[in-house]
Formats: sequence, C-alpha cells, structure tokens
Amino acid sequence: MAERSFRAEVGKLRLGEGEEFLGEGILAVTKALLQAGVAYVAGYQGAPISHLMDVLTDADDILRELGVHFEHSASEATAAATLAASVHYPLRGAVTFKSTVGTNVAADALANLASGGVTGGAMLIVGEDYGEGSSIMQERSHAFAMKSQVWLLDPRPNLPSIVAMVEKGFELSEATRTPVMLELRIRACHVRGRFTARDNRRAAFTLKDAIEHPRRDVDRIVLPPASFLHEQEKITQRWPAAQRFIREHGLNERFAAQAQPFGIILQGGMYNAVVRALQLLGLADAWGETRVPLYVLNVTYPLVDDELLDFCAGKHAVLLVEEGQPAFIEQNIETILRKADSATRVHGKDMLPMAGELTGAVMLKAVVRFLRRCAPQLLEGVTLPAAAHTALPAVVAAPAADRSPRLPGADTAEREQLLREADPHIHARPPSFCTGCPERPIFTALKLVERELGHHHVSADIGCHLFSILPPFDIGATTMGYGLGWAGAAALNTDQTRRRTISFMGDGGFWHNGLTSGVGNAVFNRTDNLLVVVDNSYSAATGGQDLPSSRALNPIRSTRHSIEAAVRGVGVSWVRSVSRTYDVAGLRDTFREALTTPEPGPKVIVASSECMLNRQRRERPAMRARIAAGERTVRERFGVDAETCTGDHSCIRLSGCPSLSVRDNPDPLRRDPVATVLESCVGCGLCGEVSHAAVLCPSFHRAGIISHPGRLERWRARLGRWLAGWLSRGEQARLRAIHG
Amino acid sequence: MIAAPRPITIAILAMGGEGGGVLADWLADLAEHAGWHAQATSVPGVAQRTGATIYYLELFPRDHPAAGGREPVLALMPTAGEVDLAVASELMEAARAVQRGLVTPDRTVLVASTHRVYAMTEKMAMGDGRVDAQRLLQACRAAARAGVLADFAALCAPSQAPIGAALFGAIAASGRLPFALADFRAAIERGGVGVAASLAAFQAGHEGAVRALAAEASDATATAPHVATALHVATAPHAGNAAHAAAAAAEPARPGDEPALPRVGPALAALAERIRGAVPAGVQATAIHGIRRLAEYQDVAYAAEYLGLLERILARRPAPALLEELARHLALWMSYEDVIRVADLKTRPDRLDRVAAASNLAPDQVLVLDEFLHPRLDEIADLLPEALGRRVLAGGLLAALLGRFLGRGRVVRTSSPGGYLSLFLLARLRRWRRGSLRHRRERALIDAWLAAIDDLLDTDPALALELIRNQRLVKGYADTHARGLGNYQRLFGLLPALRARAGAAAVMAALREAALADEQGGKLGAAIVGFGLASTDS
Repeated sequence: MAERSFRAEVGKLRLGEGEEFLGEGILAVTKALLQAGVAYVAGYQGAPISHLMDVLTDADDILRELGVHFEHSASEATAAATLAASVHYPLRGAVTFKSTVGTNVAADALANLASGGVTGGAMLIVGEDYGEGSSIMQERSHAFAMKSQVWLLDPRPNLPSIVAMVEKGFELSEATRTPVMLELRIRACHVRGRFTARDNRRAAFTLKDAIEHPRRDVDRIVLPPASFLHEQEKITQRWPAAQRFIREHGLNERFAAQAQPFGIILQGGMYNAVVRALQLLGLADAWGETRVPLYVLNVTYPLVDDELLDFCAGKHAVLLVEEGQPAFIEQNIETILRKADSATRVHGKDMLPMAGELTGAVMLKAVVRFLRRCAPQLLEGVTLPAAAHTALPAVVAAPAADRSPRLPGADTAEREQLLREADPHIHARPPSFCTGCPERPIFTALKLVERELGHHHVSADIGCHLFSILPPFDIGATTMGYGLGWAGAAALNTDQTRRRTISFMGDGGFWHNGLTSGVGNAVFNRTDNLLVVVDNSYSAATGGQDLPSSRALNPIRSTRHSIEAAVRGVGVSWVRSVSRTYDVAGLRDTFREALTTPEPGPKVIVASSECMLNRQRRERPAMRARIAAGERTVRERFGVDAETCTGDHSCIRLSGCPSLSVRDNPDPLRRDPVATVLESCVGCGLCGEVSHAAVLCPSFHRAGIISHPGRLERWRARLGRWLAGWLSRGEQARLRAIHG
Repeated sequence: MIAAPRPITIAILAMGGEGGGVLADWLADLAEHAGWHAQATSVPGVAQRTGATIYYLELFPRDHPAAGGREPVLALMPTAGEVDLAVASELMEAARAVQRGLVTPDRTVLVASTHRVYAMTEKMAMGDGRVDAQRLLQACRAAARAGVLADFAALCAPSQAPIGAALFGAIAASGRLPFALADFRAAIERGGVGVAASLAAFQAGHEGAVRALAAEASDATATAPHVATALHVATAPHAGNAAHAAAAAAEPARPGDEPALPRVGPALAALAERIRGAVPAGVQATAIHGIRRLAEYQDVAYAAEYLGLLERILARRPAPALLEELARHLALWMSYEDVIRVADLKTRPDRLDRVAAASNLAPDQVLVLDEFLHPRLDEIADLLPEALGRRVLAGGLLAALLGRFLGRGRVVRTSSPGGYLSLFLLARLRRWRRGSLRHRRERALIDAWLAAIDDLLDTDPALALELIRNQRLVKGYADTHARGLGNYQRLFGLLPALRARAGAAAVMAALREAALADEQGGKLGAAIVGFGLASTDS
C-alpha cells in the first residue's frame, strides 16, 4: 500500500464533458490520459511522479472499466519497452518515471523505440527532480530527447496547458511516428488548480484486437538495413512533419510579440516565473498581460525555425530563459539565427546562471540585467524589488511604516548584524531515517562491528538506506545508481587482502536490477565480499509502493516472493536472513561472521523488517480500535532517566532517531543536556537493544502502557507498588531528613 | 508601469510529519471558499523523511474588477523579499526562512513556533551542541514586519493534533489574511480528518497568538528593544543557565533571604549552617546542592567530608567563580555513577509515579516498567572490597565463574515485585561502598586532582579553574566512562608541560573542547600535537 491514498480523489477521473476539475497536477495528467483514450499505462515510481503511479493504482477499477491495462513496471527500462505495443498497432500508450535517473535506465529501450518509430501515440511522462529538494544528480532530460529524437513537450505549468499538451502530444506522436516526452517539473506535478474536463474515451482499437490479429513490419525493427533507413526517415520525414504540426496547431505561444524591438524566449515550464519577474517590475499585470514580447516554447525540441525567425524579426535582442546545462536550446537558437543571417542578438547564459535552479530572485535579476542592456527606459521610475539588487534582500528592504519600533533591527546596520550573528546557528536539516525506522539498527550494528574490526569500504545504493552517509552514521563511500550498490564495489575484489568490502542494496533496487547487476555479477566474478539487502517490504523511499517481495497481499499484484530464494537461485550459498533488524546484537554478530568467515565466495545478508511508516499507518488505527473495543492493548514507549543520564549522547550517535533528543539537564549541578525520548516514540525497541549491544548506560527504560489489563496484571501491579512503598519506608524517611 | 494588484504570497516551512501539507490544504480550501484563486504547491520527495520542506501558496481574488474572466498567473515558488506571510513550525526553520530572504521587514508577517526541534548535529555532540536559540529568535524578530512568535508546539500538545493546526489558528490571529475566523474553522471541518483535535489545537494556537501579539504591543520596556518579551523568554528552551534558573525557581523564596537557597532537612541543618556562615554568598546555593547530593548518595558523613574538602580550598581564598565550579564538580565527582547509585535511583519510591505521569497513564491503565541493564565483570569487581575486586579483575577462576553470569544485557522489570526487590537489595550495598575497589580508585583520582588544583591556586588560578572543569570529561558508564576518564588523564598528564607556559588555561580549555568534539580522540590528538605538547604525551 502506498504512503498516500488517492482513493477519495480518483472519483474526479470520472468527470464528464464541461465539468470543472479541481485538484493536483498529477491527477489532472491521469484524467488527460483517459480523455486521450489510452489503451495502456505503465511506469516506475519516483519523485515527482510517484503520485501518478499511486493515482493509477487507486484508479485501477476505473482503468478496467475503460479497458486500460496498467502495469507497475519492474524498472524504467521495462516501462519504456512497454511502449513497443504502439510500434505496429494504433494503440495509445503512456509510461511514466523520474528523470533523469529513470530516463538513464530507460535509454536502451527509448533508443530502439525512437529508431523504428510508432504507429499509435506513445508518450513518456517524465518527472523532473531538479533544484530545491532534489535527491538526484542535476542533469537534463533534453539530452535524451535530442539523442534519440523524441519530441520534448514542456507546457506552461497550469492545468489547462498541461492537459491540452497531453492530448496534443498523442496527436503529434501519431502525425510524426515519433514518441513524445512530456516534461513535468516537481512543482507542476503538485500544483493545485482547475480545468474543464472532457469525457473519457475508450480506445477504438483495443489490446485484444492487437493480440488476436498480430502484425509485424520488418522495416520497423532495429536491424540493418532498416536502422539506416530509420535515421534517414528521422531527418527527412519525421522532423519536418513535427515542425509542421507544431506550427499548424499553435503548440508554441506568442504574447505581445510586436510590442517591443526585443523579447524573451522561454521554456513553457518557466512561464510563471518569467511573468512573475515582469509583474514585479510593473511590466505585466496579474493576469499575464505583458508589455514585453514573449515566445513560449511549449515544445522545446524540435525548435520551429521559421516560427523562431518570425518572432525575432525586427528584434535586436532576445533573452533566452533555459534552465540547466548544457545550454542546448541556446546553441540551437544561435545556429538557426546565424544561418539565417539574423541580426538578433541572443542573451542567455551570459545573464542567467549556467548551472542551478532559476529561482524567483535569479529570474528577476536576469530580466533586470537584460532590460538594462536593451531597454533601460522601461526601468525608469521603477522601484526595483529587493531581490533584484542584492544577494541578501532581508537586509536591505526598508521596514514598513507600521512596523513596531519595539522590534529589534530598526536600522539596516543593526538588522544586518543580528542576521549575521544568527547565521552560524542555523544548521542544515537533511532528511534522515524516520522514527522507529528498521534500517537504522542495521547501521548501528555496522558501527559497532567496525569498532572491533576497523573501517571497511562501503558501497551504498539508492533508497532510504542512503541516509547512512549522513551523521550520526557517516557510513558509505559511493552510490552509483539504483540497484548498483554491489556493482559499485565490483573492482574492489582482490585476493591480496583478507579485508572484505560491504555493499548495500534496498529491496527496491534489488528487484529493479540488483539481482543481476549486483548478485549475478558477484557470483560470476567469484567475489569474496559482502552484500546487505535492506528489505523493508516496500519501495519505501518513493512512497511505500509494493514490490515482488512485499509481505502484504496486494489485490492487483503478486507479492511474497523471497529475496533469499532469488539470491540462492543465482548461485550464492552463504546467505543469512535476519528477520528482525532491531536485534542489534544479532545483526552485529552476523556482520562479524560475514566479514571474518574463512568461507570464500559471495556473502549476502538479507535484513528484513517492515518500514515503520507503513507499519504505523496500519497499526495505529488498529490499536485505537482495539482500545475502543475494550481489548487488552499494550503500547510501548521508551524513556530516559534524567538522573542516571550523564549527557554524553553516545546513544544518539548510535541511533539518530528523531524521537531521541536532548533537553535541559534538570540536575542543578550538571550543565550538559540529557537525552530524552519524545512523545513521538513508537517503541521500536532500538534504544534498549543499543544500550545492551553497545553496553551504553542504564538510563533507558521501556514503559508498557496496558489498556484494559487483565485481573492478574492489575493485582501484580498493585502488589509491586505496595512492596516498593513498604520496602522503601526507611529510605523515604532518610530522604525527607536530607531534603526537608 | 502597470499598477498591478498583487497576490497574497504564503511560504510554509515545516518538517516531515508536522502537518505542513494539511496546513497548505486548509489555506487553499479556505481561500477557494471565500472566492479567491488559490494556487498551492510543494516540493515533497525524500525531504519529507524528517527533512525541511517548503509549501508555497498564492491567493488572488477571483472577482477582481479588472479580471474580465481571465485567470491570474501565479508563481510556483517564492521570490526572496516578496513573501507576505511566512509560517514556520520551529525556531530554526523560522531562522532559515529569514536566511533565505523569505522574511523581510517591509512586508512579511512571520508566524512561527519558538520551540526547538534539535538538528542531528546539535543532538549528537558529546557535550552541549545546541545552538543559541536567542540568536535565532532575535534574527526572526529583526527581519519581520511583525512577528507572531510563541511555543505553538506546547500550546497544541494537549489536543494531540499536529502543530499545523495551532499554526493555522495563529495565522487567523495574525490578521494578515482577509478571511473571518469562522471561515478558518470551516476549512478544518471540511477537511474531515481529526476535526475535533484540530479545532482544539486551532483554538489554542489562536489564543496563544493573541497573547503574543498583546505582549508585543503592550511591552512597555521600549527602551530595551533587544530584550525579548516575557513570552519569548518563557518559551525559549535554551536560555543560558536554564537548568540553574529552573532549580532556583523551584525553591520558594522566603522574605528576608537574599538569593533563595535550596531547602535542607534536619539531617543537614548543621552543615547548611556551616555553609551559610563561611562560604561566599554566590557559592552557597551550589554548595548546599552538593551536600544534599552527597548525603543522598551516601550519608551525612560523606556530605561533611565533601564540605571539608571544599573548605580546605576555601581557606586559600580563591575567586568565588573558581570556588563555585569546584563546589559543583567536586560534588559530581564524589557522586560517581556506580551500580549502587543506578539501583538506588531506579528504586526511588516516587519513580513509578513520575514515569506514569510522563506516559500520560490513565487511572484504568497499568504501567509495566523495564530497565535495560548490562552489568559487566568490571562493574561487579568494582563493588567488591578492594583486595577481592583486584583479584577478580586479574582474571582466573573467579573471573571465569562470574563472567558466566555477566556480560550480557538484562531486562529487569522494576514494576514487578521480584525485579524491584533485586534492585532494591543491590542499592542497599551502599553501606559497604566506601570499602569498594571503585571508591578507592575514585578517591585517589579526586585527591590527585584536588592536590593539583591546590598547587596551582597561587601560581596560575586560571589553569586551576580549567583543571576543575576537566571533571566534565568523566561521565557515562562502561566504555563511555573509560573513554572520558582516559581523556581526563591524558590532559592531567600534560599539566607539568603546560604550567610552564603563558596562556596555559586557554590551551587546557581548547584541549578539553577537542576531547569533546570527537569520540575517536582524533581531534584531541591533533590538538595536542598542534600545541606542541606531543612529546610529553606518550
């Protein structure tokens, strides 16, 4: 079960002609797919399109009604290859994944698909994880579009534009026999807005039709000589057809094109940010009515040469707003203009930063710089917003007239001083393992075994377990990609040393490709090293989607396939399964054994415990229900005795649980803060296990709060209390005499 | 220049699981129902896993006279300097909003909770790694046009709702949004999840915000704008000597007494009198805490022994600041943590009630309490009489015999008769503590420490003070204790080399900080080499 449920919202997918849809971008895209009459959808989850997969999962019955086949692909390569159904058949299909990491994985299938071309509309919806909050390397999907010649759609980030582009995208794909890629940035995926719905469409040609009447055309298959023909066809037929379609259907948009002898060319996705900059400068109104000409590229690949030349005609300069690098569009535009002997000068990465997100302040600065160069008169009399002229707007903005004189920082110098002084006190707050996370104890155990055996080379993977590279664990040297944890240590394999390397891989990465790229590779190459498969029963980092090895039964998927059996199946004989990762001492001993056993060959530890987020989501309501029904229920939580805690915080350095924190020392003689367990504790047991395994301190206690206890339990508790009171009579008197 | 109507811009800074997304949904729903366009977006993803996340909203009136049926173009991310309402669920996140330029004095109303959720780097320090909350608070107040700053986490705690609901109440109270109070409540009700708890938290947040705003407005001490208002001081979790202040506040001040001293019972009356007569006023409270601690730890005679040791140094007329630190550290050292102490504290008569209160135990619920203990051979040998203890530690048959029963973790249920009895009996070994191996060892260390302090009092009192403070290094149990004691002794061993140099005190202080900065001791080693003291440390 996914982390977020769209059960209540998928009803919006049934909206009909003329009704108003109000909701998140990702849900709007799903609705647009149904309106476009897709026959199949597939994908692999990952921010920001995880929710698209979750929406589709929750909408499974609606999809069935419309005859749409939906798959949770094993990987992005699987997803892209799924589009092969549209090669020979007039079937519309869409697949989705995270870019650029997913696009990297999909690249092989994507290249083959694009070479032969398609008959039915084929769309890849890629979620861009670029800029703030991103968890991946910063690269561009644009490169993939260019390399395989896939048209790249980048609509303005509002729901009507996105929905229209999904529908137009299928038409473009069919008109040009070319797959299209719809690029959605993270904020557009999650933007809330409205559009007017149309009826869902059932595909005229169905999957059944295709299966029962198979077709083949050897000219569409990538093998010489067809592949050489494909290349010619891309250039001589598909490319001009695409330009014609884009121009004729007005996919790119122009605003106030003739208003000035200069203008701005922008990626569709940048539209709202550019308009905001113009609004702040008084050059556009709240509804986007602009005084500066705009040419909005809702299709960023291919460019339409004559449309571009037409916009630039009579303009001495244009500013190109393009996010990320390399500056592919800028190079493309320069080439088109220079070959046409245009006198229009192109500004782009000379005024915008080459690398990094185009935030509001960055965009504003670039537009001001451009206008100062080409039309300084437009800025005359304009009070520039604070962000336009400084790196630290907080310091220079003048206080409002009604600001209380009692607030500190009445004058700029004092304010600057106070902000500067606060700076070093603002620490980074990266993501980390959740409260009660079952992956944390794995790294606690590794930290303990490294105290005995010394440091090891650790190859990390992608997933929540990658948080191990941050404090307090500081474990992990490289991460080479999803499922590539063990592959990342492949070279560090020699009989010149007895020290072994350790690799990590999540259950998600394992099924994605790690079973072959990591385990199979290690078996074949006779490694002597250790792999730890972190199995939390879900694809947890992407939002808790199910996997082949998920323990839960899933009504639409086949689960409960054993990781250990799979590992043994490809030839590993040294396998240890740990079914409760909170057993730190047990894990430590298993680690020790794996790292020191004289037995040669690959070693795999499968460390399994259910993701605590998912577990709590299921168990918390169940526990409330049990208590309400009057059943005996135990809730456990840990605590720290402040009197015995000496404030060294070893426990925190070995755990890092968000619920384990510090507070002022209540002891009047001590200064260092004591450890404390916050109310959010879920009683996972790690604190107790760590204090045992690491021989930490006796300060931890576990409180079991029993609702509706049995009679014997009550009686024992009363007896315990009575005994304590009776035994400590003398002690109480002694303490009274001391403390008064 | 187009005189454009502006949208209302709202940035919410929250951490995963704090209800930031729900808060953004309520705000969007509130605005939509009031006839506004509301565009909300966020950057979820892995940042949701306990990291910091920003939610961003823009609101624009739908029936604006100039709209003419057009949709406004709203931004998907905040521009520095252009945020009307910044909401932060925690103090450091509020300061981060300031740092990012999302709070400016020309326009931003900052609604923020002043409680702290400590960052990992603050929590994992071996000493006190917490940052100065006052600086964060001052930056927030300096940067905002107006601040609605209070501990909304504490205010919403009784309702058990996420802090987002209390912040929603504070937003309503801030007056920055053009919506009626009833509309805010209606948005929560439409949300339909945990409505009763959210409304209670909303109410508490609203009331707290109204109080905070009133305190700000009526703060008559306008001459001292740098001093936080009473509300802020009360809610700031990390104010310099918070523990000290709290301890002092716990004692009722009697009229006539200048600084209120800790209370003592009849058993300590004579010793307390001695302190009041001879010890400088500023040190009396600490010294009395010291005798209370040691009498409770061992007996009244032990407290008298402590006072005697203190008086020996007192006779040398040191600066009160030095004496105060000595009174504190000597009491801490003399009450070193051994098995007896732990058993004693775990069987205190009121302990079960304290844990029950902390767990919000209802009258019809039963509490079971388990302790995680890990007695090792060393600790048991420590309990034995000196000669016997040494024999055990030397190994051999006795050690092997004992080792079979020790060396693994045990869970003792103190809420059960048997568990309580076993720890209670262990605590009774107090009577024989003075003869134990551990006591002899600690006492020898204390004596050497005091002698060195005594020795330095005339020649280098600043170094003496740092030597006193080195006691802070010795803490914890088992390996942690061994590591701390090792560091302490390493620094103690550097004394002969240090006392010859000018500025020795500063060097000692720096070395202590280095020891506390790194569990593996690498930083301390580097610092020793850096100060050119490596040759004496072998």
